[in-house]
Amino acid sequence: MKQYIKAAVLLVLLAAFLVPTLSLDFGNPAETSLDDYFIRYGQEQTGGNNIVADVLMDFRGFDTLGEATVLLTAVLAVGLVFRRLHKEEEYEYE
Amino acid sequence: MSMSKIVRAAADIIFVFILTFGFYIVAHGHLTPGGGFQGGAVIATGFVLLIAAYGSRALLDRFGKEWFRSSEALGLLVFIGTAFVALFLGATFFANWLANGGLIFGEAVAFGPNPGDLNTGGVIPIMNIAVGIEVLGALSLIVLYMLSGTEEGA
Repeated sequence: MKQYIKAAVLLVLLAAFLVPTLSLDFGNPAETSLDDYFIRYGQEQTGGNNIVADVLMDFRGFDTLGEATVLLTAVLAVGLVFRRLHKEEEYEYE
Repeated sequence: MSMSKIVRAAADIIFVFILTFGFYIVAHGHLTPGGGFQGGAVIATGFVLLIAAYGSRALLDRFGKEWFRSSEALGLLVFIGTAFVALFLGATFFANWLANGGLIFGEAVAFGPNPGDLNTGGVIPIMNIAVGIEVLGALSLIVLYMLSGTEEGA
């Protein structure tokens, strides 16, 4: 009985994810004004041919700043987790 | 703990090409797919290859964790500094103050497909290089820290 319930829940979940995905109309986004602006003026305003780099480093610079901060925080956390706990060994991380 | 001589000799040769490829991805970030983060990750892969071939002790004798820590801080400082310079020039924070200016990275680019020129992009190449330096330090540092938690790296 239990495995039938599991299978039913799995099927319902699968349908819930598959039906909206298959009914999507790809290549036809609902809102394109910002995309059109980036594609039309990105090269002239920033001088970069790579629109992705233009958006990352120029139009959305704060996003990249946050990403760099996340990386710094990750290094801090890893250094904190893997620090020496016992004093008798040579203490490498001050 | 280092691996066999064959692995070490191969790592010596491949390391040069990995570095070249990584710096190419960073330097051409405003023209081709890629950028600072991806190129920095490739360069960090080269350092991980050296660690795998020679052991972390040999790499730390040559560079030290300070080296990677400073490169990470330097990358972030250059990134934020480049963004701050725009404030002193009367523009907004993160404004592209070098684009189309005729100075370094200041060539104008017309709309549409073009062969691409390295001397374009304004602050985008500078920020790509800064992010690349930061990411290569950060990812190498994460690997070194994680290795220090194991028997071999302790």
